[in-house]
Amino acid sequence: MFSPRTISLFAVLYGTWLLLSGIWEPFLMISGAVASLLVVIIAHRMDVVDGEGHPIDLTWRAILYYPWLFWQIMLSNLQVLRIVLHPRLPISPVAGWVPAGQSSSVGLVTFANSITLTPGTVALTVLEDRIHVHALTQGGLDDLRAGEMNRRVCQMEGNRP
Amino acid sequence: MMLLASLLVVLGMALTLIRAVRGPTVYDRILAVNVYGTMTVMLIALLGFLAGRPDFMDLSLVYALLNFVGTLAALKFFKHGHLGEDR
Amino acid sequence: MSLLVDIASWLLLTAGGCLMAASGLGLVRLPNLFARIHAGGLADTGGAALLILGMALQAGWTLITVKLILVGIFLFFTAPTASHALAHAALLGGIDPDATAEGDEDEEDTSASPPRRS
Repeated sequence: MFSPRTISLFAVLYGTWLLLSGIWEPFLMISGAVASLLVVIIAHRMDVVDGEGHPIDLTWRAILYYPWLFWQIMLSNLQVLRIVLHPRLPISPVAGWVPAGQSSSVGLVTFANSITLTPGTVALTVLEDRIHVHALTQGGLDDLRAGEMNRRVCQMEGNRP
Repeated sequence: MMLLASLLVVLGMALTLIRAVRGPTVYDRILAVNVYGTMTVMLIALLGFLAGRPDFMDLSLVYALLNFVGTLAALKFFKHGHLGEDR
Repeated sequence: MSLLVDIASWLLLTAGGCLMAASGLGLVRLPNLFARIHAGGLADTGGAALLILGMALQAGWTLITVKLILVGIFLFFTAPTASHALAHAALLGGIDPDATAEGDEDEEDTSASPPRRS
């Protein structure tokens, strides 16, 4: 019951409550604590407070990964913006498989989410070891196949690719 | 400057509405409604600044939650033909 | 200093608004469903992120900024889920992702009704 994971879940829930309410009265703060505690107990009974439901062991490496992802998103935003504003719409839509080297489901979901977040590529189907990707241009698919993003997600997961 | 950004978002919403009306497939319409919802979230936040009422931010937060659930529910319905009741 | 912050937030807000409008333009202009999903991603990621950054610069260190960041985090994690669910449902619904050009006026009416799958 009192593992680091449940305690951190309680901290996150209670912090969200306090920040969203913004009213520092004893009654509201106590009811927030009670509500957060109830949610943690129910989640613990449902067995969802595990590495998938609340992956705290990834926190520090995830903090390193997401700024890079944000930068990639901005770059591909510019590319898609150029295509949309181009008078002749230079698109060459392709769909193909991209290998995914992640070992845990959290890593795989992060990789698929990152692919879909970057405009210009969308994950269509996710399997254990590969992802079916639709790309707006051939170049977008080639970039994914080069494996930079795959490598970084593996790194975030804590595995050597 | 909030006004200019709001006007641009409204322009985007108008264009998105064109796609929602023209279709042609149901998935085009769901996509348009989803993007429309995202734009609405940002427009509510911008209107909060324009009107000087920061409590609008709570509305935009709740709308972001509702928009996601609504999109998934509509998709589930069109994928399976029902929302999960026993057949 | 405050002028600098104002200029930065003005630039961010204008760029975000332009991305939103461009996303709408892409939804109208692009020829088929799977290409349009990419245009929708423009609003979900770049447009929302830039607008939130611009508004956060205006609000300063207050609870409003915290709520804006929560909205941003929420969009950041749900937008790809919705896009992926849409793409997957369209794929199962029989729309061909390899089709390069498709009219958008009056063909394709067969898939406009919900596909009944057992």
